[in-house]
Amino acid sequence: MARLRHVVLFLGALAFLFPFYYMLIGSLQSSPDTSVKGAFPTSGLTLDNYKDINSRVDLVGSLINSGIFTGGVLLGTVVFGVLAGYALARLHFRGRGTLFVLVLLVQVIPFQLLLIPLYVLIVRGYGLADSYLGMILPFAINTTAVFIFRQFFLQLPDDLFAAARLDGAGELRILWSVALPLVRPALLTAVLLTFIGPWNEFLWPFLVTKQADMQPLAVSLANYISNVSARAANPFGAILAGACVLAAPAVGLFIAFQRHFVSTDLGSGVKG
Amino acid sequence: MLKERALGRHPVGMILAAPYAVYIAVIFAYPFGFAVWMSFHDYFFAAPGAIVDHPFVGLDNYKAVLTDPAVLRSFRNIGVFLIINVPLTTGLALLLAVALNKVVHARTFLRVAFYVPYVTASVAVVGVWLFLFNSDGLVNTVLGPLAPDPSWLINEYLAMPVIAVFVTWKQLGFFILLYLAALQNVPKELYESASVDGATAWNRFWSVTVPAVRPATALVVILSLITGANLFTEPYLLTGGGGPNGASASPVLVMYQRGLQQGEPDFAAAIGVLLVIGVLIVAYINRRLIERD
Repeated sequence: MARLRHVVLFLGALAFLFPFYYMLIGSLQSSPDTSVKGAFPTSGLTLDNYKDINSRVDLVGSLINSGIFTGGVLLGTVVFGVLAGYALARLHFRGRGTLFVLVLLVQVIPFQLLLIPLYVLIVRGYGLADSYLGMILPFAINTTAVFIFRQFFLQLPDDLFAAARLDGAGELRILWSVALPLVRPALLTAVLLTFIGPWNEFLWPFLVTKQADMQPLAVSLANYISNVSARAANPFGAILAGACVLAAPAVGLFIAFQRHFVSTDLGSGVKG
Repeated sequence: MLKERALGRHPVGMILAAPYAVYIAVIFAYPFGFAVWMSFHDYFFAAPGAIVDHPFVGLDNYKAVLTDPAVLRSFRNIGVFLIINVPLTTGLALLLAVALNKVVHARTFLRVAFYVPYVTASVAVVGVWLFLFNSDGLVNTVLGPLAPDPSWLINEYLAMPVIAVFVTWKQLGFFILLYLAALQNVPKELYESASVDGATAWNRFWSVTVPAVRPATALVVILSLITGANLFTEPYLLTGGGGPNGASASPVLVMYQRGLQQGEPDFAAAIGVLLVIGVLIVAYINRRLIERD
């Protein structure tokens, strides 16, 4: 039974990983070889496709745009999300119940419903097309992260806060030097979860950025896939090379910090 | 005392939570109201600075949406998507989570393998799926004479199912994670007493595990429903804009095409409102079905 379980899981895992392996191999082949043997090449691998995609899409510039977009969302989430999570968990103030109901509601509303009005407001109303602010605004504070922060602050013992308040510490002081150091793992989990959102996001930055030099990599690569690829010598090779560049940072970060991406951390969020 | 009743025991909480509250008001509440308002008015893009009327038109936009063949097709498509995606996602995620929960060897490798698609950008993995599933791709090479004609992504009957399988593969890791979390809360005694009663592994799975993780199942179903309602990148890139002939167009893709490309934001807003109503109805039914005892 146990052996069968391992065999099935390993086969499943290989099936899940195969597209990633094939992405890497395809990005290194000078011409696409779709035979079964072509999936396991022994020679003829080259970096030409990376040069090719870089000549059509400014990889470095796009990566910087992705970085600024993602960094802005992370900053907003870590600063304002932590403040909100702390207030929701440990402070009794008027409107707390309403705000928490909104936290739950926001997670159920399909973001795409807001697409048209957000586009009208941000692009046409505030003139934020082709700007980092325009990209960042709709994602500025990740609600799931607020929820995780709240759960973690809730789990800390009450005495801790009572004692700190008796000592006359202000709430910001308590948050900074008592609560935050204790929830550091949660912070990392929430940051990782928040990172993959804007880094991988396509639709919104695609609507906001029309200038090529403002586009994050997901957008410039998608535009390459849908418009330009027909003219390239080895379109799949170039697409896959771009895909590897786009996937690498998120996959790398995830593997480096995978032990923080665990069920117990998120579990407290799920249990509500 | 009076102050405490008016503002709460820690009024400073209002200040700490204020940026987030403002964010919700500006990015969610106001646009939500604006979308509903737009769907009842004749709204169009005017030249910047021009002052124009947006007269109230009642249900005209909704009538236009509900009689538009492209919109109706996209709602049917999303139905096909959900019928394939939701059972596949819940079933596979639960089975894999139960298996992963008991595994001792190579835990990290196995977990990483199942989570990696979830953390990778859709745009990147769509590139590989295009390569795998195009007419001369590896999948058709392996299938040889069994390869479908026309090929997967340009086949009217297969384009949407391929997208549903793609999304299942892409999102499964996250749902496995949710189930793994839920499994940690199943009391061990339940399994022990089931074993004493001589239940087989399969019986234990059905009569102990499945009922115990019911709340997680409700969450998984609702979240995959929302993923389906938000579907855009896959039909836009994988099937070249919802092709062939709109067979894989999603409502959000139609919203984009009609609202922003063809300049009918009021029409698109009405699609959005119908979509949310649809999600809420299905979520409510799902809640009643799964959480009844």
